[in-house]
Amino acid sequence: MLHALEGSQAIAQAVALCRPGVVAAYPITPQTHIVENISKLVADGKLKCEFVSVESEFSAASVVLGASAAGSRSYTASSSQGILLMAEVLFDIAGMRLPVVMTCANRAISAPINIWNDHQDSMTVRDSGWIQLHCADNQEAIDTSIQAFRIAERTELPVMVCMDGFVLTHTLEVVDMPSAEQVDSYLPPFTFKNKLDPKHPLSLGTLVGPEYYTEARYSLHRALEKALPEIEAADADWAKICGRAAGGLLTVEGPENATTAVLAMGSVVSTLTESNEMLPGNKRVKIIKLRSFRPFPIEALQMACQGLKELIVLERAFSPGLGGILGTEVRAALAGMQKPPQVRNFTVGLGGRDIPMSTLSKLINAAKAQAPGGFAILDVEPERLPPEDR
Amino acid sequence: MDSTKLKQEIQERRRQAQSAPSESMPVEHNMAELRKLQPRYRGLEAGHRACQGCGEALAARLVTEAAGPDVILTNATGCLEVFTTPWPQSAWRLPWIHSLFENSAAIASGVEAALKAQGRKTKVIAQGGDGGTFDIGFQALSGMLERQHNILYVCYDNEAYMNTGIQRSGSTPHAAMTTTSPPGKERMGKRHLKKDLLSIIAAHHIPYAASASVAYPADIRRKVRRAVSIEGPTFLLIHSPCPLGWGIDSEISIEVARLAVQTGLFPVVELERGELTGVMPIRHPRPVADYLKLQNRFKHLFTDDPRAREEREHLQALADHNIEIYQLKGDGMDALDTDGADTVRRGGMVD
Repeated sequence: MLHALEGSQAIAQAVALCRPGVVAAYPITPQTHIVENISKLVADGKLKCEFVSVESEFSAASVVLGASAAGSRSYTASSSQGILLMAEVLFDIAGMRLPVVMTCANRAISAPINIWNDHQDSMTVRDSGWIQLHCADNQEAIDTSIQAFRIAERTELPVMVCMDGFVLTHTLEVVDMPSAEQVDSYLPPFTFKNKLDPKHPLSLGTLVGPEYYTEARYSLHRALEKALPEIEAADADWAKICGRAAGGLLTVEGPENATTAVLAMGSVVSTLTESNEMLPGNKRVKIIKLRSFRPFPIEALQMACQGLKELIVLERAFSPGLGGILGTEVRAALAGMQKPPQVRNFTVGLGGRDIPMSTLSKLINAAKAQAPGGFAILDVEPERLPPEDR
Repeated sequence: MDSTKLKQEIQERRRQAQSAPSESMPVEHNMAELRKLQPRYRGLEAGHRACQGCGEALAARLVTEAAGPDVILTNATGCLEVFTTPWPQSAWRLPWIHSLFENSAAIASGVEAALKAQGRKTKVIAQGGDGGTFDIGFQALSGMLERQHNILYVCYDNEAYMNTGIQRSGSTPHAAMTTTSPPGKERMGKRHLKKDLLSIIAAHHIPYAASASVAYPADIRRKVRRAVSIEGPTFLLIHSPCPLGWGIDSEISIEVARLAVQTGLFPVVELERGELTGVMPIRHPRPVADYLKLQNRFKHLFTDDPRAREEREHLQALADHNIEIYQLKGDGMDALDTDGADTVRRGGMVD
């Protein structure tokens, strides 16, 4: 059924449809509306779950860790500093193979403090072992949140659903909210074979020495790799139920014969797609929407890049002292191709700086000037820099 | 059931098991029945890698023994986690989960919330050392208490970061030597006081908070049974010597623990909703020097240095203060390890 909902409200309703047993969260802008909406659903008796109002994001992550290990479907949500405060627990949840689902309302990180959108928070925990799926609009965020529980529970890996703070979380959008029947037919009740139970006592989170540690970490790596087909299947099966897919591992749009493509994640893809349609037909590029950042779909990306001469990677984070993170990973992923495209790499839209429609043309032009292996922040304003950095 | 009768019962069952055809009474089934007859439940098995004389290992065994089998344990990072679960082995007979150093109370909160959501009645016991409780895990613990989770939190207090090699914690006594509070020309060991954690816990007005010592096992058992019978957050602080960290011989571990109580340095008390309701009385308080001189961590307090005497007096004053504020002074014989007999009740909730 179609509803005009704020992104956060939509996520709260989608999560409630998944019947979590335990929800724990701590407020942080721009995630706050999600936890507020879930609290209200619990208060109104529309969501029957244990809602734990914790004293920090660190405890929010720890509570869902414990709840998941005790056999309950568990959910949390956070942003920015909250994700960083959770970081230690996030690595632990993944290492312990607990199928927790969280929403990351993507936001910049301090310093300087900034509450607006970019991807530096989820990027910081990219090596935690969580699956990270990015959403381009609120419909995708709803569908991905529901799929996330199925992916998590089938792979025994935690899933982070990344949606742009404010741009999506605080934006009213007409969305199709699935029915409880649709979700119930898609998502079976959670059963966890390794749960804490006095009848079958297990020790979880034991000390592992050099003789087994490598194997434990390798198995985590393999689990992420094996999650690739699960992510595709979860999307395909969801599409069978509601007639709408959320983008599998990645999707490619634009003219078949275009030899330039722009790759991006999150809501900026919607902006790029729309600007692309306004370009003259022969100037149009392919738009690659990367949905699964972890696991990184190397093979699918190589396929998507067949025949391309130039691939422009647009990202909303970077690694100080290196350059682009996504760009660096894409370069590495394509190195195995026989004829890899030239990869250009730009960061744009940090800390909520607007990414207008004109960005696409600016990007295409700037790419021509970038040296192989280069990186630049596209929208840096020289006059706002201290003189020594201009 | 007394032990003679139990022995007879076991022998009789064994005899039956040997003579009966195996299909009618499988040996495994028989053993399970026998286990039920064991007077003590063991949650923590022998064979773990704790040091000789480890107070924490003993305390954890007593706690799990008293709490019984329908329990889920959480554990902060520390000695207890390390010596009980070197993969692929585990000394726990109970479901047990360790996550991080500072989140034992928070993962316990999650386990308890899940049990509630599933309608399960299993009791949750969170465990941590003094580092994980007084210091790095304090915020998560305070949150757990404030949210009224139905959890018993047990802190095994050996008064320093022993797992990383004896560094000072918020629980380390004043003037004690650790590797990060060494005595020297400018210092006489730890400069600060032991944090009064129990008062802070009690200030959350939880139903039950108590201290105990491994020198008094029956008292620990009684307090654990009491705590797990209460619906809501409860807290138990168990003084647990670390022979390596305190610089004592393993065989005097219990004796040293008992002296901590008998000097008044470690008051054994019970608080209900923040009110003092029970204390283990001291009939003949021992001078703190009797306790201190047995331990290498206080060795520098027995030198010619004039500061040594000053610090000994300081510690004596702290013990005297404890005796006064908790009214520990009692009549008659010294406390012995008998259930209840060594505790003065001062009202409060009925057992």
